[in-house]
Amino acid sequence: MRSEEVYKKYPRNEASNMIAMLQDVQEVHGYLPEDDIIRVAKHLNVPTSRVYGVATFYNQFRLTPLGKHVIRVCRGTACHVKGSLDILNTLEAELGIKAGETTKDLQFTIETVACIGACSIAPVIVIDDKYYGGLTSKSVYKLITEYRKKEDQADKA
Amino acid sequence: MNIKINNNEFWANPGDTILQVAKREGIKIPTLCYLSDLSPTGACRICVVEIENGQLVPACAYPVYDGMVVQTNSKKVRRSRKSIIELLIANHPQDCLVCVRNGCCDLQDLAAEYGVRSYRYVGEKRSGKLDLASPAVERDPEKCILCGRCVRMCHEVQNVGAIDFVDRGFYSQVAPAMNRSLNTTACVYCGQCIVACPVGALREKSYLKQAWEAINDPDIHVIAQVAPAVRVAIGEEFGMAPGSITTGKIPAALRRIGINEVFDTNFAADLTIMEEANELIERIQSGGKLPLFTSCSPGWIKYVEHFYPELLEYISTCKSPQGMQGAVIKSYYAQKTGIDPKKIFVLSIMPCTAKKFEAGRPELSVSHTEPDVDVVLSTREFARMMRIAGIDFTRMPDEGFDDPLGESTGAGVIFGASGGVMEAALRTAHYMITGKDMDRIDFTPVRGLQGVKESSIKIGNATLNVAAVSGLHNIDHFLEDVRNGKSTYHFIEVMACPGGCINGGGQPLPSTPEKIQKRMEAIYEIDRSLPKRCSHYNESIKTLYDEFLGKPGGHKSHEILHTHFTKRESI
Amino acid sequence: MNTFKEILSKKVPADKFVELIRGSYDGTAAGVSPARIAELKSKLTLEKAEKPVVMVGMGTCGLANGAQAVYDTFEAELKKYGVDAELTRVGCVGFCAEEVIVDIKVPGFPRISYKRVTPENVDTIIERTLLHKEPVIQKALGKYPYSDDSLWPEIPFIQDIPFFKIQKKVVLENCGVIDPENIDQYLARGGYHALSDVLINKSPLDVIKETKLAGLRGRGGGGFPTGKKWEFAYQAKNDQKYLICNADEGDPGAFMDRAVLEGDPHRVVEGMIIAAYAIGASVGYVYCRAEYPLAISRLEKTIADATAYGLLGDNILNSGFSFHLKIKKGAGAFVCGEETALIHSIEGRRGMPRPRPPFPAVSGLFGKPTIINNVETFANVPLIFRNGADWYAAIGTAKSKGTKIFALSGKVVNTGLVEVPMGTTIRDIIFTVGGGIPDGKAFKAVQIGAPSGGALPEKFLDTEIDYENLKAVGAMMGSGGLVVMDETTCMVDLAKFFMQFITSESCGKCIPCREGTKRLLEILERITKSYREEETEVDSLMRFQGMLYLERLADVIKDTSLCGLGQTAANPVISTLKNFRDEYEAHLYDRKCPAKACRQMLTYTIIEDKCIGCTLCATRCPVNAISGNRKEPHFINQDICTHCGQCELNCRFDAIIAE
Repeated sequence: MRSEEVYKKYPRNEASNMIAMLQDVQEVHGYLPEDDIIRVAKHLNVPTSRVYGVATFYNQFRLTPLGKHVIRVCRGTACHVKGSLDILNTLEAELGIKAGETTKDLQFTIETVACIGACSIAPVIVIDDKYYGGLTSKSVYKLITEYRKKEDQADKA
Repeated sequence: MNIKINNNEFWANPGDTILQVAKREGIKIPTLCYLSDLSPTGACRICVVEIENGQLVPACAYPVYDGMVVQTNSKKVRRSRKSIIELLIANHPQDCLVCVRNGCCDLQDLAAEYGVRSYRYVGEKRSGKLDLASPAVERDPEKCILCGRCVRMCHEVQNVGAIDFVDRGFYSQVAPAMNRSLNTTACVYCGQCIVACPVGALREKSYLKQAWEAINDPDIHVIAQVAPAVRVAIGEEFGMAPGSITTGKIPAALRRIGINEVFDTNFAADLTIMEEANELIERIQSGGKLPLFTSCSPGWIKYVEHFYPELLEYISTCKSPQGMQGAVIKSYYAQKTGIDPKKIFVLSIMPCTAKKFEAGRPELSVSHTEPDVDVVLSTREFARMMRIAGIDFTRMPDEGFDDPLGESTGAGVIFGASGGVMEAALRTAHYMITGKDMDRIDFTPVRGLQGVKESSIKIGNATLNVAAVSGLHNIDHFLEDVRNGKSTYHFIEVMACPGGCINGGGQPLPSTPEKIQKRMEAIYEIDRSLPKRCSHYNESIKTLYDEFLGKPGGHKSHEILHTHFTKRESI
Repeated sequence: MNTFKEILSKKVPADKFVELIRGSYDGTAAGVSPARIAELKSKLTLEKAEKPVVMVGMGTCGLANGAQAVYDTFEAELKKYGVDAELTRVGCVGFCAEEVIVDIKVPGFPRISYKRVTPENVDTIIERTLLHKEPVIQKALGKYPYSDDSLWPEIPFIQDIPFFKIQKKVVLENCGVIDPENIDQYLARGGYHALSDVLINKSPLDVIKETKLAGLRGRGGGGFPTGKKWEFAYQAKNDQKYLICNADEGDPGAFMDRAVLEGDPHRVVEGMIIAAYAIGASVGYVYCRAEYPLAISRLEKTIADATAYGLLGDNILNSGFSFHLKIKKGAGAFVCGEETALIHSIEGRRGMPRPRPPFPAVSGLFGKPTIINNVETFANVPLIFRNGADWYAAIGTAKSKGTKIFALSGKVVNTGLVEVPMGTTIRDIIFTVGGGIPDGKAFKAVQIGAPSGGALPEKFLDTEIDYENLKAVGAMMGSGGLVVMDETTCMVDLAKFFMQFITSESCGKCIPCREGTKRLLEILERITKSYREEETEVDSLMRFQGMLYLERLADVIKDTSLCGLGQTAANPVISTLKNFRDEYEAHLYDRKCPAKACRQMLTYTIIEDKCIGCTLCATRCPVNAISGNRKEPHFINQDICTHCGQCELNCRFDAIIAE
């Protein structure tokens, strides 16, 4: 979807579409650019502060661009008792960033999620849209190495 | 229906909340997030009371039912309230001694009432950056207790929405979009958020320092002007009853502070009426843009500039009374006395925060370089100034304002209440059209604290449809009608603040509906007591026209007293 | 497989469609011969498949275990072998620990389930089962009942294996069995029969009465009687009413709703239509977490198909009743599970709750009467009207009727989705269905209804699960997450974990929840700190002071918070304090974490004899606290070490110990 289509898709002045609109905008850009927050407010005829308030309330919305690969670490209860904090620590140590941050080369972003509902295969992470379950620190390290290798190969090609 | 509060039986209406019944019966329940007239949010939980099943419920939001049993001071209630206060204090800067709201703070009062004697909880505090960029309103997010009163005021009452809740949980804040400064938003600087704030998170930008510097400089001729609504409110700051009329004490105090001359903004209000009544008649007679909207309220002007810029032509081109007074001082008065306008320092004392912004508008200045009004102090700042100067306001004698810009009529003073400008303008318009005064000078349909007051009046052969509106959310449908060409009005007065200047953003705190009522009554009391009640009988104004301006709406008047407004882009 | 649709368009006039669905069971549909109906039914239910069918379990857990690769391999290999078989995706059968699960149905043989299938197994399965009609015994989970049960005697019936034996699958009857995207299969298994019966034979009041009679209670947590709730909305007079399905399953450790939406979405939609009819709602919303993309895409197809069949939209089944269903994607906020917050979210606002009353049934979405039930509650509704309120009320305990689905996870052998009758003991679920604790470790506690519930120790294991019993022992049904913990779980750490969750999910509206939970968390953080991180004596003093205020603060949060999230926010602290006070004391007084889970309290050291100097730990240490020469024992600089445990986790020679 292109940016223009988002504004065509939703009727003007219907504020109840705000969240869906922001989701679509984020789908287009990967995050919510300030100009779009202002434009969504104008489109729906609500104060910009309200749109910004909504954008900062929900976990899903991001106000800064993301890395190429988004790693979401599940921090649900089942994952926690099965060591998801260690998994997170490994990722943070390996990538040199904290949860919520993006690597300088814009390759990886780490995010934590409350629970992705795949508790039975805890601990779980999701890279982009792919699920990885039953992880250990060692297997996470391997996984990241694989992703890096793929990127290197893509670069060379 | 009957309910029991603290073992006493009371009669209650269906639909009442516990708080409403308790208030009526004189039982105090503390509140923080509650704002009368707006629907309760139940956010702060300080008003919890215990009901018969042991549950704690918020008194502000919980409806009564027959046979309800309420305890407002049980052990559980006391412990909960105290804990809530302790939790707030744990996340509040401990700088009461240097806070602008020291001595006038809901949180401070609650801590005292509930005997909080230690900082029980210690830990991280919310951080936020001071927003000092606007010329009128400052924000200190670290002092914010997130009660949301300012947000509701800004969105629901003023329909501006410059600030809202941002982020979530412990890290929630009240902030403008993108965490920008207020001066980049559509904030109209009405200051109602300050009135709503229970603590010191929102405050006016203070210009006391500049005022003192001018006063202390022997080369500078300092002139004060005092807005109508100040004289019925300032007494509250010194323990006088709300609605005390202190017209004479103010010039006395100002002179003792060291002000060289004290003029009355009521004079400029009379002058405004001469121009605005003339403009109204001209527009009606020449088929100009109607309805004519008043232009005295700078919050309202900024609102139109942001949200309805295409309707700016409907606004009266008259400067506000503050603007006219400044312009006349720096032109006519300077000429007459031979004082270099650059050596004149005009200090306004206003019930308003938006006036601080208005004073800086370049298009309002006669010289187009220097402002006509140099500094605007709110009623609260004026009180602070007097305290610093050691002035016991209650013991000031009654003194008069200085000539030539000190004389005023009853028409000038009623500018302080919503509907007053309308009433004053009609008194003079009637005279201008028919050559005689209205049979009854009092035009009561536009008086009162309601947000919208409408009426029709027959002047000569014409019938004028008029409205007086206050609280910006009330104005939108009038503007929509104008935009769609459906408006049937001739003249509409708009005041940004609900009730008008008596409830301005710069008035003494805390503000309650009862106090506003008293202030309004005092305004009309002054009007009634004055020998002259129509602007066209103001002798000083006649002199001003004769000596300097020519006639209302004339060339010189336009140059000195009229202005233009511009579209404003912002978020 | 649009068979029903074909019949509809070719042979049956639209107004007879109701009878067609009803008739597909008893064979009396007008214009369709009973034989044709029976044939269709047995084909759709796979009783009589015309050709082999391969069904790959492709719920989220299946996919996470590599179901896509298995599916792709089957697709390629079937072609290679030249086998004419149908390859379909099904939902989750609930036995997540054994994913990827692949079911094979060969004509003339029972349907057989294979567990832990990898792409490498595909060849064998095709050759042995599809070509030679033999089971692959090592991979078999079980077989489904069939007209000839003597076939493949070496394979147990699926319902007889321990994981399924004491389960009672009624709500989940179709999950993992049918293709969730195939409306015909749902119809053939009796789907939408309850709806057509309700629309033809029952008034809205009948529906409410029978729901009350059945004793259905909300499965979202509180257990409020569903029929009573509907009655409030029924009585509210308004030109517009709304029905909302809460699919914002945010409890960490719960995934029942996801599984139902992914595995049998039509059931939820059918339940919603019946409820909408009862309360008089013409518009409904499914508010689903954005984290469940598969559930959302399946729901979209479900709504489109049901609409095409005349089961949704205007004039449903010619009854005159209209109901339009829309999906609203949540944007990630746990608090939106709370009714009023959810409503604000649908309205496009920050998901912050408001005080009740007024209840949504009186004034809800856009100020109109609104009923909100969760996914599992709606999934129960068709059962009541297909089998009768008496049948339903016969399952469960005196006050809690029907079954309950639990998401079993944590330190338990058989993780997965479990449906048991109300009244089953916790012990049965963990040890019979769940197969006990893995690796020979000891059971310590089970967290029920996380995070609002409580952690129950051994002594409560024989509690018979229902709403009241769980409350009595200090837990709550919640939405049904069961997270099992063994001796390596620290209960103080668990409480801290939940407080972290709550503080980051608190909406920030009311003071006790916003400020209080943060202080609770800080107190727990101080308790689990080591000496090393304390700079002054005041810090040490604050640890003890905090402990003194912990219970008082927890009580105030419970008593005064605005919404359910806040009122239960302190439960993890309250329940662990009650049941595991000794662990708190060990942390506080001895500065020891008995479970060795609070890493901050541990000291990491390298055993010289075991370290071969591979340098791996040094490279993995995020703060460069480890030094040493290659091929020589390394050592850890305790002043720099942040106790993250990465060295221990990565050491291949068990040379690092933590004490």
